[in-house]
Amino acid sequence: MLTSRTFVKRTRAGAVVKVVREHYLREDIPCGAAACRLCPPRPAGPGLGLEAQPSGAASSLCPGPHYLLPDTNLLLHQIDILEDPVIKNVIVLQTVLQEVRNRSAPVYKRIRDVIGNPEKHFYSFTNEHHRETYIEQKQGETSNDRNDRAIRVAVKWYNEHLKKMEDEEKIQVIFLTNDRINKEKALEEGITAYTCEEYIKSLIANPDLVDRLACVSDEGKEIESGKIIFPEHIALSKLQQGIKAGIYLQGTYRASRDNYLEATVWVHGDAEENKEIIIQGLKHLNRAVHEDIVAVELLAKDEWVAPSSVVLQDDGQNEDDIENEEEKENILKTSVNKDMLRPTGKVVGIIKRNWRPFCGMLSKSQIKEARRHLFTPADRRIPRIRIETRQADRLEGQRIVVAIDGWPRNSRYPNDMKHREDLRHLYVCSVDPPGCTDIDDALHCREVENGNIEVGVHIADVSHFIRPGNALDEESAKRGTTVYLCEKRIDMVPELLSSNLCSLRSNVDRLAFSCIWEMNHKAEILKTRFTKSIINSKASLTYAEAQMRIDSATMNDDITTSLRGLNKLAKILKKKRIDNGALTLSSPEVRFHMDSETHDPIDLQTKELKETNSMVEEFMLLANVSVAQKIYDEFPEFALLRKHPAPPPSNYDILVKAAKSKNLEIKTDSAKALAESLDKAESPTFPYLNTLLRILTTRCMMQAVYFCSGMDNDFHHYGLASPIYTHFTSPIRRYADIIVHRLLAVAIGADSTYPELTDKHKLADMCKNLNYRHKMAQYAQRASVAFHTQLFFKSKGVVNEDAYILFVRKNAVVVLIPKYGLEGTVFFEEKGKPTPRLDYNNEVLSLTVEDTTLRVFDKVKVNIMLDASNIQHQKIRMVLVEPKILGYDAPANPSAETSSKDEPEKKKKKLQK
Amino acid sequence: MAAPELLSDEGYRADGRRPAELRKVRARMGVFAQADGSAYIEQGNTKALAVVYGPHEMRGSRSKALPDRALVNCQYSMATFSTGERRRRPHGDRQAGELALQLKQTFEAAILTRLYPRSQIDIYVQILQADGGNYCACVNAATLAVMDAGIPMRDYVCASAAGLAEDTPLADLSGPEEAAGGPRLVLALLPASGQIALLQLSARLHQERLEAVLEAAGRACRALHAVLDRVVRQRLQEVTALLGD
Repeated sequence: MLTSRTFVKRTRAGAVVKVVREHYLREDIPCGAAACRLCPPRPAGPGLGLEAQPSGAASSLCPGPHYLLPDTNLLLHQIDILEDPVIKNVIVLQTVLQEVRNRSAPVYKRIRDVIGNPEKHFYSFTNEHHRETYIEQKQGETSNDRNDRAIRVAVKWYNEHLKKMEDEEKIQVIFLTNDRINKEKALEEGITAYTCEEYIKSLIANPDLVDRLACVSDEGKEIESGKIIFPEHIALSKLQQGIKAGIYLQGTYRASRDNYLEATVWVHGDAEENKEIIIQGLKHLNRAVHEDIVAVELLAKDEWVAPSSVVLQDDGQNEDDIENEEEKENILKTSVNKDMLRPTGKVVGIIKRNWRPFCGMLSKSQIKEARRHLFTPADRRIPRIRIETRQADRLEGQRIVVAIDGWPRNSRYPNDMKHREDLRHLYVCSVDPPGCTDIDDALHCREVENGNIEVGVHIADVSHFIRPGNALDEESAKRGTTVYLCEKRIDMVPELLSSNLCSLRSNVDRLAFSCIWEMNHKAEILKTRFTKSIINSKASLTYAEAQMRIDSATMNDDITTSLRGLNKLAKILKKKRIDNGALTLSSPEVRFHMDSETHDPIDLQTKELKETNSMVEEFMLLANVSVAQKIYDEFPEFALLRKHPAPPPSNYDILVKAAKSKNLEIKTDSAKALAESLDKAESPTFPYLNTLLRILTTRCMMQAVYFCSGMDNDFHHYGLASPIYTHFTSPIRRYADIIVHRLLAVAIGADSTYPELTDKHKLADMCKNLNYRHKMAQYAQRASVAFHTQLFFKSKGVVNEDAYILFVRKNAVVVLIPKYGLEGTVFFEEKGKPTPRLDYNNEVLSLTVEDTTLRVFDKVKVNIMLDASNIQHQKIRMVLVEPKILGYDAPANPSAETSSKDEPEKKKKKLQK
Repeated sequence: MAAPELLSDEGYRADGRRPAELRKVRARMGVFAQADGSAYIEQGNTKALAVVYGPHEMRGSRSKALPDRALVNCQYSMATFSTGERRRRPHGDRQAGELALQLKQTFEAAILTRLYPRSQIDIYVQILQADGGNYCACVNAATLAVMDAGIPMRDYVCASAAGLAEDTPLADLSGPEEAAGGPRLVLALLPASGQIALLQLSARLHQERLEAVLEAAGRACRALHAVLDRVVRQRLQEVTALLGD
């Protein structure tokens, strides 16, 4: 059976390696002709083989019976013709099949289907392993030429082989090729060869086939249409030169949602014209991906186009299909309206990639063994990504996350309910601010048989969905926290999770991590229990709604009784906490009422605190403390905790001095003393003083931080007066809570641990990032409030408001306007004006301007307006109105507080001069 | 570009074999005069050389000697030129250590070690050219070498690997087929009794297909047995002819 063996040498890309492969040549490969008695019988395989009496369309060129043998290019381009039922008895060589397989997967699939169709009588001949048709590559011969020669040798062999048959009528094999040189060579060697066109045109009675001939000009086309679709990117150094010289423009690439052949680039900087550049066509898009920073070259004006309104989706399986693409590009260009023309450019280089993991589905390649598949992202603005995987079968139909370097990250598999306790029968409800969609906590309270009270805090089980190490996990770890801006939220986890799957919404089953206490009526904890659970929240209330239920005597349903029980316990808990020395601090918080259309703030309101706020807070604190204790007991080395260091005494100087100026004494030796003295610090004539003092106290505090228990030995939480504390109750919006969830899950045996979780250095690094992110989130939040405040005052114009002096500086005072919760600085020095005489007294915290002395906590009146003199840095400017200072004039302003609609309009105009 | 297919629709493997066919086997015994026994085998492009010393007294530490049987000592190595890229393997290559251990287990099962208590048998094998089925070639070469040394064995030990392409088991995997990453079942068989000296499966294989793959490997082992037997008989004839002079 095994006759001969030759060596095939190949070199692979990259390092040149000599590869020796065995190549067995056989004598037992059948020719496939039904009438042939020389060949061994055909083994069972696809198709039926060639007919003894070839039926099929008669041809005027060769009237006798014949088989057809196409070459690779013909098969690639004229597959439509070959699929026609008229064309039968075709020999497809292995050489041809392999080339087709490498060049075009869809065509390969189609020809395979045709071969498998018994009606068509196609036969694939394994010529490369046949002893008489195998040829070796000659010195200096390209592999294309070698393959062409192999095909010709096979045709010759077939003709001679078929002659040996004893039938009276010899069957001929006709070689079909569109390659002129190949055809000439074939004719030289005595092979009957036709071009496809010649043969099809000669078919009697089937003129319609001619129309289906793909009009491919023969020569050299396939080389050009090879792999180079895109122009090369320009090197970064050259790009930078070009941008400096103004040849290229730098901007952010935004792919169009509707049309994958179109994108816009937003040019950075403040150039007035050419702000938005349209990029059209695959070549011009040049491999940029949504949100990349790219360099763009503008096209000449006559090449400018208008944004098309066509919706185009990339659904072609074959990315080599250039002709099609060109066609589509033409669709774009047809509807040109002269007025609509926009600056158009092309991407010449990528300055910074914005590749991140993308979510989507795998579209499986049509070749079953293929390892390369196309990945279709869920976001239509992201192009499809080619990925290489051997697990296509497993990934198919799954939603997967892919990083654009081509690695399949992970697929999510559903988990079972083994470790979960079914708590769906409990009357659980959630209490949150209005409009809250990421509900991460819910509560319940009921009396148990022994007269004690069972209280449960149920936290969204985010760690169930975000498994360690997957792309979601990595991204959320990086983000660290959800950022809340005015009327906008930047989620830490995707919205589907944050607002739906994890969010403990009412009347749906949700997975939760529950902390359940048994308490007596004095709110003393008798038993603590943690469990993964499944709950069904009966109501999601706002603070106001919950308060209303508690207060209204008529409501006595289960939820309301539960709420009342909670409220009662919360009051006791709070009292205990305060007795322990927890601080009640205050900071002015405001909420903007937004215009739903323009997103301009219409009005603003100080956040008011209800009893229910503190009720929820109290139980969250309790849960956090309980969990902190549990994970610290279980993992003394790597529990993620939160501490609030006591501030150094000098921090309090300003507070003590300020209080002294009002004849009050603040003790700062301990948190308890501070809390008590703050409670006593009240002045009957000045009710707001206490709040002011508390605001001031807040400013003296240190930042609370996350830390890893193995890396630190001071765990104390100063503000809450708790020896140990962590964050457990908001896993949807804080990553620290997710880690705590994982630790707790391991501690109760509901989940398994993983290496990073028990590495205190990694944990410490993570804490560092989380602390940084939290700080940044806070800054962003403040900036957002400041921005909206500006917008608000822009529309309001100039107003006069009551304010209190919060701090006194050497050349200014910081004032707080309680009505808006707004803080601002009043300067007494101005450019271009003579500096007034300033006298700062550090002891009693006062500033004497000319003859007026300003003390801390003084009530003043200020004039507020938007200073738009610097467009880049608009700010709120405040000027003292009362007490009046000599030689220091507030700008001519409207009579106090009357901010009627027209006047501010005028003012605004004035200011914008 | 798609990955090469293991088995074409026409039923041929990449090198032209049918699924159950073995690569060409060529073997010689007694290639080294100074060793007690030696053999060389080619299975396709995989070439292995085996040398046997012993049974002899314990060398090195005598304390390792076994009171009731002979100690089988195996060493496996690959020539630096055995792969496409020339690579020097430091001693204690993990893969080599593992293969040596497997060889040791295989031959402890086959050699009648109880005939030689407190003595030692050394089997050294080297791969001269690697193209898939290194362990199998080593076992087959070592079998011949042990026989050449005249050490009594229960039976030939024949080893072969088998893989799977979709539903079809493939016998005697070549280098590229091994590299494709599918399941690979390595079987060392004592063909007369059908006893298994070693069975190893790498990568996952569905339980239902195990039997078919095992069957293919077993059939390959028996086919190899026929070839090896022929080699041994031929060698025997040569030796007796020499003695007859």
